[in-house]
Amino acid sequence: MAIGPGLNIAVDEKRFGVSEPLFKGLRFDIAPGSVVALIGPSGIGKSTLLRMIAGIDSDFAGIITVDGTPAAMAPTPGFVFQDPRLLPWLTAMNNIRAVDPRCTPKQAASALQRVGLADAAGLYPHQLSGGMQRRVALARAVAVNASLLLLDEPFVSLDRALVAEMRTLFRAVVGDGQPTVLFVSHLADDAARLADRVIVLQQRPATIVADIALPIAPRSRDEAVLADYRQMVDRH
Amino acid sequence: MSRAVATRANLGTRRNGWLEVLSLPLLLLLWQVLSMVFAHRLFPSPILVAEEMWRAATAGNLLVDLGKTLVRVSIAFVVAMVLGTIIGIALGRVRWADRLFSAWVVVGLNLPAIVVAIVLFIWLGLTEVALVLAVIVNKVPLVIVTMREGVRSFSADFDELGRVFRMPPLRRLRLIFVPQLVPFVLAAARTGLSLIWKIVLVFEVLGSDGGVGYRIAIMFQFFDIAGILAYSASFILVVLAFEYGVLRPLERRALRWQSVPG
Repeated sequence: MAIGPGLNIAVDEKRFGVSEPLFKGLRFDIAPGSVVALIGPSGIGKSTLLRMIAGIDSDFAGIITVDGTPAAMAPTPGFVFQDPRLLPWLTAMNNIRAVDPRCTPKQAASALQRVGLADAAGLYPHQLSGGMQRRVALARAVAVNASLLLLDEPFVSLDRALVAEMRTLFRAVVGDGQPTVLFVSHLADDAARLADRVIVLQQRPATIVADIALPIAPRSRDEAVLADYRQMVDRH
Repeated sequence: MSRAVATRANLGTRRNGWLEVLSLPLLLLLWQVLSMVFAHRLFPSPILVAEEMWRAATAGNLLVDLGKTLVRVSIAFVVAMVLGTIIGIALGRVRWADRLFSAWVVVGLNLPAIVVAIVLFIWLGLTEVALVLAVIVNKVPLVIVTMREGVRSFSADFDELGRVFRMPPLRRLRLIFVPQLVPFVLAAARTGLSLIWKIVLVFEVLGSDGGVGYRIAIMFQFFDIAGILAYSASFILVVLAFEYGVLRPLERRALRWQSVPG
């Protein structure tokens, strides 16, 4: 699988209405094939930034590019929402195919197989458990674009067992290739376990207060390393 | 789902199915008993009404009248549904249009059906067009309101899903918007049909040269209660056939994702 694209974020200003700007002079790059966690308190603008990178919010001054192409014109990213957001009237397979007309049944089945749901292709969302629905959502994102994944709080509102399951799945999907991944979270633990770089946002307008590299590969991190990484992130 | 739970669920479904099958025969039985208790010329039994229906169908004008009324109902139903759906969707999606025209819809909803009919009969004469138009004018506001509420209840999350994955407009319409609208279309169709055929009958009494309502008005002058009930029952049979032969299967097919056993 090809290495994921590089991202360049240069937001001069983003505001909603006449309120104080959400972002002002926010600039950072994301290297191709890196896994970056965007950490910060609720309401700081993490999800908004993710949507700007996805190209659906272009109401801002500045430019965001994906491999040099403006975000809105770049290939559709694989996007995972905070909730599974599956269309209840479509089966798991058709939920994947719905968002990508080029996706064949074979490709959709393969995406489901990657997340361990090979037997669930014909099931409707209400027939799937919460964890299975999340996995279908991840399969959908991978089927659309496995080289650029944008995840908005992918582990929020899940019980601990399900969080562990989803993290394992996340590592497996990322490990299959070298996608560029940007995920939003408000938990240092998510970043410590999964990312190789953490960007911490604070204040309003949102400012990068820390840009931390986590050099040890996620699979090789033991509890001591994780505790150390958590502490590094939490310090900010 | 465990086998025991599945079996219980199946038994429950089967029992409910039987109850539905028994529903109409029970009504007929009650009618029969009441007609025997209150034995009177003006309270005919269902058997007598059925005989009258057969006679009117074979030797009378029942089928011709039924055909005339059905044509009027069908035209009014289709036009009202199409117009109401288009306007309802527009008002649900375009805020300024809703603000500008919502008062018109309220006026339309509260305009007495009989007034609309009389005004149109005066303007256009006792014509087929006036009758059908009067029915449409009465029904369209109801469809608009149902559709507008349906569109307003669309999930913004699914809207965002379509935008994030850059689904083409037609694909979004087919896979995101239409499935959300279907329950409202079915609701509008069901209430619409029941309302339309009642209005058509009233307007046929008021001014037409045939149809179920026209014939009932003549029978009323002779206190021919068996004939009136025979004509009414025959139309109810048509409506029931439409409900069970068209609407229900359509509903089952369109909403099967809601009822697939888990």
